[in-house]
Amino acid sequence: MGDPTTNDSYKDSTTNDVHIQKWDLEIKPQSSVFDLHLKDVWAYRDLLWLLVRRDFVSFYKQTIFGPLWFFIQPIFTTIIFTVIFSKLANISTNAAPAPLFYMAGTVAWNYFADSLSKTSTVFKDNAPIFGKVYFPRLIMPISIVFSNLVKFGVQFILFIIMMAYYLISGNKVEPNLYILLFPVVIILMAILGLGVGLIITAATTKYRDLAFVVTFGIQLMMYATPVIYPLSAAPVKYRTLIALNPMSGLIETFRYGFLGTGQFYPGAFIYSVIASIFIFLIGLIVFNKVEKNFVDTV
Amino acid sequence: MSDIAIRVENLSKAYQLGDFGTGTLSRDLERWWALMRGKEDPFLKIGEVNDRTSKGESDIVWSLKDINFDIKEGDAVGIIGRNGAGKSTLLKVLSRVTSPTTGNIKVKGRIASLLEVGTGFHPELTGAENIYLNGAIMGMTKREIKKRFDEIVDFAGVDRYVDTPVKRYSSGMYVRLAFAVAAHLDSEILIVDEVLAVGDAEFQNKCLGKMGDVSKGEGRTVLFVSHNMGSINQLCNKAILLNNGNILDYDNVSIITPKYFNFGKNNDASIALHDIKRTGNGYCRFESVELRRNNENFASREFSIGDDLNIVFKIRYKDDPIPLKMSVELKTSDGLKLSNMIDVDSGYQTSYIPNNSVIKITLPDLRLYPDTYYLSLYVGDLSSVEPYDYLEDCISFDIIDGGTLTTRPLPRSAGLLFLTPKWEVL
Repeated sequence: MGDPTTNDSYKDSTTNDVHIQKWDLEIKPQSSVFDLHLKDVWAYRDLLWLLVRRDFVSFYKQTIFGPLWFFIQPIFTTIIFTVIFSKLANISTNAAPAPLFYMAGTVAWNYFADSLSKTSTVFKDNAPIFGKVYFPRLIMPISIVFSNLVKFGVQFILFIIMMAYYLISGNKVEPNLYILLFPVVIILMAILGLGVGLIITAATTKYRDLAFVVTFGIQLMMYATPVIYPLSAAPVKYRTLIALNPMSGLIETFRYGFLGTGQFYPGAFIYSVIASIFIFLIGLIVFNKVEKNFVDTV
Repeated sequence: MSDIAIRVENLSKAYQLGDFGTGTLSRDLERWWALMRGKEDPFLKIGEVNDRTSKGESDIVWSLKDINFDIKEGDAVGIIGRNGAGKSTLLKVLSRVTSPTTGNIKVKGRIASLLEVGTGFHPELTGAENIYLNGAIMGMTKREIKKRFDEIVDFAGVDRYVDTPVKRYSSGMYVRLAFAVAAHLDSEILIVDEVLAVGDAEFQNKCLGKMGDVSKGEGRTVLFVSHNMGSINQLCNKAILLNNGNILDYDNVSIITPKYFNFGKNNDASIALHDIKRTGNGYCRFESVELRRNNENFASREFSIGDDLNIVFKIRYKDDPIPLKMSVELKTSDGLKLSNMIDVDSGYQTSYIPNNSVIKITLPDLRLYPDTYYLSLYVGDLSSVEPYDYLEDCISFDIIDGGTLTTRPLPRSAGLLFLTPKWEVL
């Protein structure tokens, strides 16, 4: 008793090699970095919808206004931005009505920022569940992005209502063909937020320091993105720097399509597409590598 | 039914001990550099045994080391071992919560693991919503849950509350609902940790019954970790005994569970009596005392119901041998005196016992509920006037749940004496 070298005797010799058995699952220390278990994610798609539903339902349970709360934040942000940046600081909005300009920026930016900040803590927040049950870990960050998409959808309705008001009252609002890029912009913002979030959450399992950077980093990032100003209003020497931020091309395209102010920067947009997809893939790979063992370190 | 459901090959799992904070980055760089040059990971030193009582040289510890075993379809396998033996790690690796360091596991069929009840329950959601969410977390599709929804609600006995947020549930209802979801998973393999420790006795029995149905009735494979040998005996047909990350033995449950009681027990089971508080004039004294189980000739401190308890001690006289009267007191952990067993009551009349004699008292067929019990030893003159030596509560022993006589878990509060009277219809 107690000799580990004899452990092989616990093999069942009767069934060994008699016929080749088909295994449904093999648990191994490492798999290829490109094996992303996307099939697994698909198998768990019901869980994805239930999680999105959970986030939405639990958000407004026991509140009087319910989903109306989704309106409050962009409305107040828009008011404050209008007062400070447009009235006090006199920053150009490219001739677009200031509230509409800021509303477009805020709603789009919030979608990206929320997706990023929530996914960047996904390992930390879900450690108790991840430590007790297996499901494709990627389901969790994806569900966060979808939950935020629901929130964005609600806020987008607010934006459309506001836009209709300005259109009818004869302000300079000129939606154009670039509005068709809207779904692409949304998807790109989603995968960009997700990608950066995945990289950060993977890194924070070992180095908690990054978690502190994220909170104010996102705030600072907003000023490096044309949210409260149009790209055209930025000094020329900074313009390339700002355009290096993949979000810049996306926000500009979004606003140009709906408001018709400013201009479409094809270079910046194509750069955003490539950068977003690239960051997203890196995020997937890094996340996939860390998810297997993060329970031991978090 | 002889197909293999789980095959574990050379499975090892290493953990890093101590602080992760400082030095992690430099260590990562060092490790990366070693791997780049095609060398072995410098921080995984081979051969360190996971013994939590002794501090090893490296701060990497092997929680599982080169484990190999097969589990056949339809078997119910108990995994037992002391704390730190590697049971939980094995379950975690099997349920894919963490990945192995080396080796691999091949599985046939779907695995559902129940390492905790109610994983992912959201307090704000209703019972029904949580059934769906929890079921989906465990890998069920919405359609599968819908099919078994009524069964789940029925099993949990929460019909009236399905539309109430679970935060308003009593803790008992909460646990019942959570277990019900897990028990109705449609997986071929069910892995269960000691979740049954929660809930009242009635519910525990219901859970064990349900798990019995799953393995015996439905022919599914069950892996079950528990410290409760009663549940293991009741539920499992095979058992794996783990120690320090190695498999000590893997066999039929009736062979393994007795081994669990025996190994690694001889250390502190015998008591040296110099430092113990004693009263009496010291004409005769107890020199050593130990407890032994059944016909074993080594000391142990844990017994199961139905075992024979042997109290073995040595006496030494101050001068010449004198007539003695001896007795043993048995107390519960609350201090309730259960019995005062005097030699003459057993018909044992001592005349002169030689110096340095070893005396053995056998208390056959222990019928005490699981708990800790205390023994006191007394020796005095024949008329019980003068105590020579009295050792109050000098040695304790535990009655452990399980053993061959019990078929159900025995809560400590449910009684004191485990009696098995004869039942008959007249």
